[in-house]
Amino acid sequence: MAILEAVQVTRKAYQVEFPNDWCPGCGDFGILSSIQQALAGLGILPHQVAVFGGIGCSGKTPYYVHAYGVHTLHGRVLPFAAGAKLANPELTVLAVGGDGDGMAIGAGHFVNMGRRNIDLTYILFNNEVYGLTKGQASPTLPLGLQTKSLPEPNIQGRVNSLMLAMTSGFTWIGRGYSYNVKQLVRLIQEAVRHPGLSYLEVLQPCPTYNNLHTKEWYGGKDRPNGQPRWYDVQEEGYDPVIPEGADEETVQAKLAQFVEKAHEWGDRIPTGVLLVNRNISTFEERLAERIPGYPASSPAKRPIADGEGQSVAVLDAFFAELAVE
Amino acid sequence: MNHSNSELSWRVGGPQGSGVDTAARMFSYACAYGGLYVFGRREYYSNIMGRHSYYDVRVSASRQPTSHRETVDLLVSFEAETLARHVLSTVAGGVVIYNVKDEDTPLERITFLDRRLREDLTAHLQEQGLPPTTAGLLEEARRRGVQAFAFPYDEIIAALADKLGVHKSVAQRTLNTIAVAVSIGMLEYDAQCLVKALQKIFAGREKIVRLNVEAAELAYEYVRTNFDFEHFAFRLAANGLPESPMLLLNGNQASALGKLAAGMTFQTYYPISPATDESVYLEGHHTFPLRQGGTGSVVVVQTEDELSAITMAAGAALTGARSATATSGPGLSLMVEALGWAGINEVPIVITDYQRGSPSTGMPTRTEQGDLLFAVHAGHGEFPRIVLASGDIVEAFYDAAQAFNYAERYQMPVIHLLDKNLASTTMTVPPFDVEAVTVERGEVAVAVPENGHDPFPRFQPTENGISPRTLLGQPGTLHWYTGGEHTVYGRVTEDPAVREQQMEKRMRKLEVASREIPPDEKFKVYGDASVPLTVMSWGSNKGAILEALELLSADGIAARLVQVRLLWPFPAEELTPYLEEANPLVVVECNYSGQFARLLQECTGRAPEYLILKYNGRPMSGQSLYEALKRVHAGGAERRIVLRNPLE
Repeated sequence: MAILEAVQVTRKAYQVEFPNDWCPGCGDFGILSSIQQALAGLGILPHQVAVFGGIGCSGKTPYYVHAYGVHTLHGRVLPFAAGAKLANPELTVLAVGGDGDGMAIGAGHFVNMGRRNIDLTYILFNNEVYGLTKGQASPTLPLGLQTKSLPEPNIQGRVNSLMLAMTSGFTWIGRGYSYNVKQLVRLIQEAVRHPGLSYLEVLQPCPTYNNLHTKEWYGGKDRPNGQPRWYDVQEEGYDPVIPEGADEETVQAKLAQFVEKAHEWGDRIPTGVLLVNRNISTFEERLAERIPGYPASSPAKRPIADGEGQSVAVLDAFFAELAVE
Repeated sequence: MNHSNSELSWRVGGPQGSGVDTAARMFSYACAYGGLYVFGRREYYSNIMGRHSYYDVRVSASRQPTSHRETVDLLVSFEAETLARHVLSTVAGGVVIYNVKDEDTPLERITFLDRRLREDLTAHLQEQGLPPTTAGLLEEARRRGVQAFAFPYDEIIAALADKLGVHKSVAQRTLNTIAVAVSIGMLEYDAQCLVKALQKIFAGREKIVRLNVEAAELAYEYVRTNFDFEHFAFRLAANGLPESPMLLLNGNQASALGKLAAGMTFQTYYPISPATDESVYLEGHHTFPLRQGGTGSVVVVQTEDELSAITMAAGAALTGARSATATSGPGLSLMVEALGWAGINEVPIVITDYQRGSPSTGMPTRTEQGDLLFAVHAGHGEFPRIVLASGDIVEAFYDAAQAFNYAERYQMPVIHLLDKNLASTTMTVPPFDVEAVTVERGEVAVAVPENGHDPFPRFQPTENGISPRTLLGQPGTLHWYTGGEHTVYGRVTEDPAVREQQMEKRMRKLEVASREIPPDEKFKVYGDASVPLTVMSWGSNKGAILEALELLSADGIAARLVQVRLLWPFPAEELTPYLEEANPLVVVECNYSGQFARLLQECTGRAPEYLILKYNGRPMSGQSLYEALKRVHAGGAERRIVLRNPLE
């Protein structure tokens, strides 16, 4: 992560002049704006950032960020992003995608990325439906709910992506809400700053296809007190951090409180930073133990040829292993 | 007796996990240390332990063998299944060494002997009035002029344990060495060469070397005292070692080394036979010195599946890293969607495909050339790609390196076709010349920090279709990538005119590649270049064909081989003169439908007069090809000749 604290970067630097084709009122707008503000606020220059997107409405996010933008394949956003980050560790890498992209077709990558703890940030836009294909149930829609384009109530259960992130090994887990931009900016910045793999779930209405979990619903208009359903755990004194070198008891306690928050849903929905595990090495650190010079001498940057275009590899020792001499 | 000492085909077999490979390595190195040329062929099951595996080592004093032989001169076994499977392949004048325990085992008691083979063997023995047992098979062999010797492995192991005061289980571990030593004893070959081989294989483990050397001594002593092998038709004599030492390696290693020489810095893989060994080798050889000082390295990542393997490699390639993935057919099937992504985004990545018996799971550890048309056509829609195929281990090294030059020069995915045959074939080869490996990175956009906010026209159409590629993280060249059709900036578009412009730009690169790649990288001609009898082939059949041509030549039959190395873009124009002269044209390949022949006909209109095919999962041998070509030359052979051997 290359953060130049001294540089003044404005949000405008991350804006593009191309028209945006999301539906009016889409939760994606709040997330897009938060990403732009967060990166600018971190003082990172656009060319130092690569935003990888999956497929779907949210997968188009890279188009609307003025940075290296990579619109990948359905479900494959994480391995694309991981390859870029490992090859050029100086890049700030963001991966974004929807709930179908991440929890259905890409779920295998999600789990295995957790095992690696590569220093990048994954933002999952969760609106519980496949919007771009006209509103089918996604893996995060609860069992039995029937959003408006479903012919029958949802016959499949809901995956709890926060829990899946924890058991997979993500070392920073948070949740935001697309219309709470102020908090979302802070969450994205913390996720990017975290040295390791961050998972940020962003709850968002799909005004076109999700008629159940709407802006009004999240805003708690139906609740007796009329207060939003979402609340910020940090405002209630929740401490998500497992410090480096924590003992087993501390780890267990932190995971237990995380599990409780991850299962809270319905009347009150926790947002904020839910887990920070500083007790697990990053993949880059593990690589550096094997490969002297990594990450300074990275796959993208190390010399491979001289000025004449001749290979500079000296493989004599490997040949000697095989030589008959 | 007049012994042949110019060439030998040696076979060792045993259950997987019993050290058959180690035995073969010992024998191979022992021969190579005597300055002999070695060619090793490995056959094994998709199994960890217990199933039958065998290894052929073909040795020559005068020339490098380039294929295996389907017949055996010296068969070494220490269990019954090897006897049952391979005695029939042993030639008159040859020798079978078997464990004294196995001299009368009923075939039906051999657990993993395929029913089909057992029934065939039983019927064959019955015809000769012999019982369906190993004794029957040994008698059958004796009647054919094969000598069979019972070797008391257990006795020798007990003697070794006694002599060295070690536990029997420790002595038991030298079983393979004993088998090799019996062979060397009977070949009257230089025992010092085996000592050197043991030192090489057990480098740094002096105690183990001593244990094995003692075991070998006991085996020699037994052979000298107890076996009368005057009638064994073969002997081996050591030559001096060549000045620059030969390498003894397999295709997995050659490809890995070629990639390191080329400056590959990132490789991904998901475990799959027979490709995994390449990546594992790289992972074990991830750092090395650089010529100008400093350390070179490769990051190897084992991914969760092949979808991840190729997309991770593509992500790395976007940053400028030379990036690749290695897989086999089933893995390539999963990679296809991302292949198209790399095509439309003009990403230089290399995919090494070790073809295996297919479709589906097929025969994971057996060879086939079944992926050619798939490699050429895989993917929905149209995008350019390059497909090249290596013919042998030496080519595997240089092609693995060249693949990156193609990928970066033309900014497209390159599929390097190898197969199980090359992956596990071991050969003595002259040392590779790393300095002959050139690194051509193609057109790369330089950083333009002053460019500021303006996006960079990454996909600007040019005359040759190639526009400078950018590196993620580089200042001033900011733009987008997308699997959607896109503008010059990588913005998604469905505009009909831009679509045409970008489609034409991408496809133009293929025409340019076709024009620029020199003919000798596209194909090679061997044998008598002016004769009409033309064999056309691709990939790992090369060695067997070259041997067949030599055998034909000895019969006074002139023929030539046109080995096509660049399969896509297909070198139709350059091949035309050869096709016009060819009479007859014989296409040779290891698959059912003659995929190369179909591609040839599609691109040139010329169909071969004869197809020689093999699809039982085993590679072709020079001898079997020679016999088929001889029938072709004589006239009247069927148009489609299938090489078969139920004993392989």
